[in-house]
Amino acid sequence: MLYREVGQFKTSYVADQAIFPIAQDRWFVLLVLAFAIIGMPIVAGDYLCSEVLIPVLILSIAAIGLNILTGYCGQVSLGTGGFMAVGAYAAYNVVLRLPDLNLIIAFLFAGVMAMLVGVLFGLPSLRIKGFYLAVATLAAQFFLEWTFARVKWFTNYAPSGSVAVGRIDLFGIPINTPQRTYLVVLMFAVVLALAAKNLVRGRIGRMWTATRDMDIAAEIIGIRPLHAKLSAFAVSSFYIGIAGALWGFFRLGSWEPLAFDINRSFQVLFMVIIGGLGSILGSFLGAAFIVLVPLLLNQLPRWLDIPVSTATISHIESMVFGAMIVFFLIAEPNGLARLWATAKEKLRSWPFPY
Amino acid sequence: MLGPVLETLIGGLLTGVLYSLVALGFVLIFKASGVFNFAQGTMVLFAALTLARLGETIPIVAAIALTAAIMIALAYAIERLVLRHLVNQEGMILFMATLGIAYFLDGFGQTLWGSDIYKIDLGMPREPIFLFESVFPGGLLIDPSELIAAVICAVLVAGLAVFFQVTRIGRALRAVADDHQAAQSVGIPLDYIWLIVWAVAGIVALVAGTMWGVKLGVQFSLAQVALKALPVLILGGLTSIPGAIVGGLIVGAGEKLAEVFLSPLLVRWFDLAGGGIENWFAYVLALLVLLVRPQGLFGEKIIERV
Repeated sequence: MLYREVGQFKTSYVADQAIFPIAQDRWFVLLVLAFAIIGMPIVAGDYLCSEVLIPVLILSIAAIGLNILTGYCGQVSLGTGGFMAVGAYAAYNVVLRLPDLNLIIAFLFAGVMAMLVGVLFGLPSLRIKGFYLAVATLAAQFFLEWTFARVKWFTNYAPSGSVAVGRIDLFGIPINTPQRTYLVVLMFAVVLALAAKNLVRGRIGRMWTATRDMDIAAEIIGIRPLHAKLSAFAVSSFYIGIAGALWGFFRLGSWEPLAFDINRSFQVLFMVIIGGLGSILGSFLGAAFIVLVPLLLNQLPRWLDIPVSTATISHIESMVFGAMIVFFLIAEPNGLARLWATAKEKLRSWPFPY
Repeated sequence: MLGPVLETLIGGLLTGVLYSLVALGFVLIFKASGVFNFAQGTMVLFAALTLARLGETIPIVAAIALTAAIMIALAYAIERLVLRHLVNQEGMILFMATLGIAYFLDGFGQTLWGSDIYKIDLGMPREPIFLFESVFPGGLLIDPSELIAAVICAVLVAGLAVFFQVTRIGRALRAVADDHQAAQSVGIPLDYIWLIVWAVAGIVALVAGTMWGVKLGVQFSLAQVALKALPVLILGGLTSIPGAIVGGLIVGAGEKLAEVFLSPLLVRWFDLAGGGIENWFAYVLALLVLLVRPQGLFGEKIIERV
């Protein structure tokens, strides 16, 4: 009753090609956005901002990046952590060496650097596929991790091997409270998500999905696999690089290469799978899920008043985490995005389903 | 000059045998069910942990038997609780499920058995042996426990080869590997076959875990060894048992030689904060091989049709 597109006529090409063709969707997205921009900074406390919202948003960007590569173009990558590290260290170095540069430009530069590295490590994808490729991308992960740990120039010859960012300014405004950080991160997330949403439904996105569904057939109808795969690697690494830079600057503040180790790669991969392969919305849902579950698991013993040592908690956490992933894959292999789609389908005929 | 090179080479080859053992478990499962089992490394850790803790209270032979039984029970649980529900899913989903299993086993093993460093004592000789003292000054230094590991590995591989080629079950396993549906339609029970495969992989994990445990001590970092087994795997080809062995030897020898001889050069040239290139050397090596032979050294040729 509330949610149906009956009677919404499209009289122009512009209306037909809109991102959200259904008016209710459009209003819903606008409402959520308005609340996220205006309401959230007022409502949310420091803890909610810095422990939940900021990580979720940053990792959503990384998940969108990986989703473009794995979900849309079908190339499995386990090198996400390494590409995030490229972004983080590129942003650190450009800010260090050009202190007057606008932070947004520094982050875009970080994305571009990650993009170049991503294309380089994407080259093998033209020859190898599937699990062979997945393992090959691990080469990127380990090599990059090692590079940032060993090559002193990247860490500005810091004796401890860890780097730290100083005061962060954007257009003269210091980004020093969790709420302001949240707004900056939100801006990046919204712009990048909208860009991705547009990209995947256009010519390039169709190219990617065709390559994913059957690469030889795609080649026969005139899609160049070189273009399709490398552009997917480029765009994906760009997103992941920006996410890495944001993660370093706004989440960690100071970090060492270990912050971007292989577990980070798996974390983002889980987000993509649990959120739903080939869905932008799914990337957000997956990121929220993966960030929130460990937080809840950590709080649970405290609420129930069971005394457990922190080591045991972390072990139990990984147990529950693993079990949940398996359960999720069995219950809904297409991810949270599919649940959302099903809910919308149900809503369409509500309250008279017959 | 030849002495140190040979010594590094032999040390690397013996380590490589242990990589092969881990990779072998991967290959077995991938061949028979098409599942890329990321949990193999955790199974190695879990088996080693169980054996080490059981070995503290009961005689080592009994502990080995009991651990083997536990690994088989684990295989049954994995088949019953996870794989059965995921039949006909894509390879990627199955891979993710094994990642979930890996996380679960990680936590489970350490909650159950604790996360300190434990020792496995099989009563192996620990005194290093010196070989060819007449040929090279000082001779070649070899760790006898690694030598024993190599022999055990050889026996295990021979046993598996016989099992796969000659026995009835082995033939059924190969049939399932070729084509699930065809195998099912001639009456081979899939779930039973999968149980056997996972049980065999569990036993292989136990052997690998024992050998690594004797070498390094049983601790969490053992699971990282599995990450070293991945380049071995793609170097040799995902479906080839000889490939896993040869790949392990190449990776083991290659990374030791690179660490000893290439690493100092890199440090000097690029002014690095220390070497440690063995962390990625195997991967880059595997990547280069894949560029020439996309199916690995011994993998089945990939034939694609539209």
